[in-house]
Amino acid sequence: MANGPVFLERQTYRMRRLMDAVRLLPLLGVALWMVPLMWPLPDAEGGGIAMSTALRYLFGVWLLLVVMRALLWRKTRPQVTAPQDAPE
Amino acid sequence: MNVGINQLIFVCLAYVVFLFAVAFLAERASAQGRFAAILRSPLIYTLSLSIYCTAWTFYGAVGYAARSGLEYVTIYLGPSLVMIGWWWILRRLVSIGRSQRVTSIADLISSRYGKSNALAIVVTLMAVIGVTPYIALQLQSVVLSLSIFATAEGAGGQGFNATPAAFWVATGLALFTVLFGTRNLNVNERHHGIVIAVAVEAVVKLVALLAVGIFVVWGLAGGLTETLARIDASDIGEWEVQGSRWTALTLLSAAAFLCLPRMFQVMVVENDDERHLQIASWAFPAYLMLMSLFVVPIAVVGLDLLPAGSNPDLFVLSLPLSQNQNGLATLSFLGGFSSATSMVIVATLALSTMVSNHIVMPVWLALRQGGATQSGDVRGVIILSRRFCILLTIALGFLYYRASGGSGALAAIGTISFGGVAQFLPALLGGIFWRGATRAGALCGLGTGFALWIFTMLLPSFGMDVALSKDTFEHGLMGLSWLRPQALFGIEGLDPTVHAVVWSLSLNTLAFTLVSIFSFPEPIERLQGAQFVNVSDHAGPSRVWTASVAGSEDLMIMSQRIMGASEAQIFFQKQTEAQGLSGHLPEPTPAFIEALERELAASVGAATAHAMVSQIVGGSAISVQDLLAVADESAQMLEYSSQLEQKSRQLSETAAKLQAANEKLTQLSLQKDGFLSQISHELRTPMTSIRSFSEILRDTGSLSEADKTRYASIIHAETIRLTRLLDDLLDLSVLENGQVSLHLAQEPLHLVLERAVTTVVSGGEGGLQVQITPQAKNVVLNTDLDRLVQVFINLISNAQKYCQAETPKLTIIPCLTPTGLTIDFIDNGTGIAVDERVVIFEKFYRVGGSQGDGAGLGLAICQEIMERLGGEIRYLEGKAGAAFQVSLPHSALVVETAAAS
Repeated sequence: MANGPVFLERQTYRMRRLMDAVRLLPLLGVALWMVPLMWPLPDAEGGGIAMSTALRYLFGVWLLLVVMRALLWRKTRPQVTAPQDAPE
Repeated sequence: MNVGINQLIFVCLAYVVFLFAVAFLAERASAQGRFAAILRSPLIYTLSLSIYCTAWTFYGAVGYAARSGLEYVTIYLGPSLVMIGWWWILRRLVSIGRSQRVTSIADLISSRYGKSNALAIVVTLMAVIGVTPYIALQLQSVVLSLSIFATAEGAGGQGFNATPAAFWVATGLALFTVLFGTRNLNVNERHHGIVIAVAVEAVVKLVALLAVGIFVVWGLAGGLTETLARIDASDIGEWEVQGSRWTALTLLSAAAFLCLPRMFQVMVVENDDERHLQIASWAFPAYLMLMSLFVVPIAVVGLDLLPAGSNPDLFVLSLPLSQNQNGLATLSFLGGFSSATSMVIVATLALSTMVSNHIVMPVWLALRQGGATQSGDVRGVIILSRRFCILLTIALGFLYYRASGGSGALAAIGTISFGGVAQFLPALLGGIFWRGATRAGALCGLGTGFALWIFTMLLPSFGMDVALSKDTFEHGLMGLSWLRPQALFGIEGLDPTVHAVVWSLSLNTLAFTLVSIFSFPEPIERLQGAQFVNVSDHAGPSRVWTASVAGSEDLMIMSQRIMGASEAQIFFQKQTEAQGLSGHLPEPTPAFIEALERELAASVGAATAHAMVSQIVGGSAISVQDLLAVADESAQMLEYSSQLEQKSRQLSETAAKLQAANEKLTQLSLQKDGFLSQISHELRTPMTSIRSFSEILRDTGSLSEADKTRYASIIHAETIRLTRLLDDLLDLSVLENGQVSLHLAQEPLHLVLERAVTTVVSGGEGGLQVQITPQAKNVVLNTDLDRLVQVFINLISNAQKYCQAETPKLTIIPCLTPTGLTIDFIDNGTGIAVDERVVIFEKFYRVGGSQGDGAGLGLAICQEIMERLGGEIRYLEGKAGAAFQVSLPHSALVVETAAAS
């Protein structure tokens, strides 16, 4: 991309940022689903996390990821149909 | 009132018949090209991915949750992350699978690392070892679920014999897979019938689990809030997952999702369209979420309601049964049955493809000398070997089930199986992202990882003193304390699963990376590496096929395609003789192969020749047919290009001819114009003088008689000149049109010449001396003598008119030559200027532009006459004066006299 233009059309720019989001979404998923690592265990002081809370959190993240991925899919469909691998 | 076991079996059979019908119709529709929109829809693709959810997850997830709380969910989190991150790995895998026509994960790995068959065999064996227990687990789950109904019905009294049930289930599954998995040898290894059946089963198991979940939450627990309260109040009411297990299991399930042969089959091999993957990237996580949504409520309510000691793995079945919800229980049973069958079908299909492609076929080809060069019967053998492999895989699963005796350790076997196939991950990811990954590295990594997996995960799972002695557990292998299966390198206190996953995967990766860095790949590995890593740049398909015994015969066939049959045979014959052998085929010695490669390089280029020869000789995974196809293509291209060259040469020749013709036509046109203007000029000059002198005679009254006579004689002379001009023109036109008829007569040459000389000299005014040399005097001519005399007269009178010597003299030299007779007319004048020599035979050309009484047609007429007579007239170069040579062919001579003289 050394010779590519610095400034892009607004639409192209938006599309590339959306593709960035597509690539970064799994990292967000990893980060959110690894949050339970910091949760206290039952024998810790002040008690552990209730099962219902844990369920709500985990499935909430799940739903969030699915919805975000579906939205991104809708937005980026034309882009990916004609694959463009240029990193930026 | 309970569902009878017989009724259940009937429902089960009806369901199987229904699946058969669906698969059959789908297969037929696909063959006829109908319903392609449904058969290849993203929905079907997403649903087919659900074979990830096996009976282990259908039944086992609830049991898992009942025992360890939310830890079960990691098994779904990993795949969800992989799907949401499709852009990173799956997108690449699918496009590589498409461009390289990959048939299995073993195929992908072997193809990436230089089409190495050894690697393919290693991966295949590892996959079989890793997956067989998993198949046993499915059989057991079906049998367990049947037994639940049986015990419910007969209160345990009626003996439910598990082993025959497992046997019949296995047989049915084998039959189904054989029928629909190996109907034909599909080029891309796609099986629409099976995929559709799997998709239907995916819907059934989702609906079943959701139905049970909804029944439990709203039917038994009394609503969402109550359920959540109940969950918090239960034994598993608090978050108690160890962080290390949480991370390790998520990683493990993500790895297994990518590496399981059956997942690879539906995700990569059966993929029709990359866009389906994008839809599945959110639809499949949603499916997984729904599948695991009600697991905890079912587990908690099960723990509450069912008597202590009941198997939590079967809560999904036993909860509805205990509430006398027989319909729901049947549905739930069908869901579990679907999970088990779809997994077994696809897994055995994938394994059989791998075993037959990478183990059976190479062995079969090795046993049949030169089998690789025959194509007709190979396909039948492949299908047969696939069927055999399916039966074998299911039989192995069944045997494992018998051997393990249906022990309760099966839930753990799911994780163990995952751990085994996850060892493919470093080689797989390294292969598609890192060009530096080598075959040696992959082999070392896989070997290390697999050995560690067996030692730390598989063998310990059988328990103490079964596979590994208690001594080994406590003091390490061979008494080495750092080799304890659950505390490698002296690091104790880790959870066994985490310990095994961390050590096997990290050492696997380390070995893979280090060996890759310090080893050097073969050219074919580097080629494949570049194609895999830059898959979006290179779409060049290089089909992978297993066929390997190649020797002189294959080289011969290939060479014939490239070099041409006779050349190749001669070359091989020579090489055979050079090796001191009899027969037609030489031994494939290095020297011979080098020579052959050089020979081939002359036709197809060094790189291609090297690749082709080394492939055949190296016996790697490119099939001979592929190479032959390449050879054919090259030969065709060579032939085509030579044809093109020839055609272009012909075209340029034709163009040159056309140009010449065009130039000639232009010249002719110019000549015609010149001729017309000349002729009008020639006619005009005498006409002008005739007109003016006749006007003088008419208009001038007083003219002396002498003047009158003089003018009249001028008019007369001009008229004669005009007549002669017209005669000449007429003569020329007659000659040129070829309408002249020759009056053949015989007369000796000297008489003819004398007659011509006499005619000119007697009528002429100059003192031209004519000398006729005596050679060939007596030659008798047989030709149109009048015309010949006309030529002679013309030449002599030209000499008389234009010879500017003081004493003009003409020498006539007749001479007999091998081709006939020549007569040279040479005068002693100055000759004709060089630039005029070319044009003296043109019409109306007069030497030096002189305005004699001739019309400039004489020599043109002479030329025409000589052409008619079969001879020619030309200017003789290199003589003192003007010199013309008249030549006559043999046919114009009388034979006897010619011989006599």
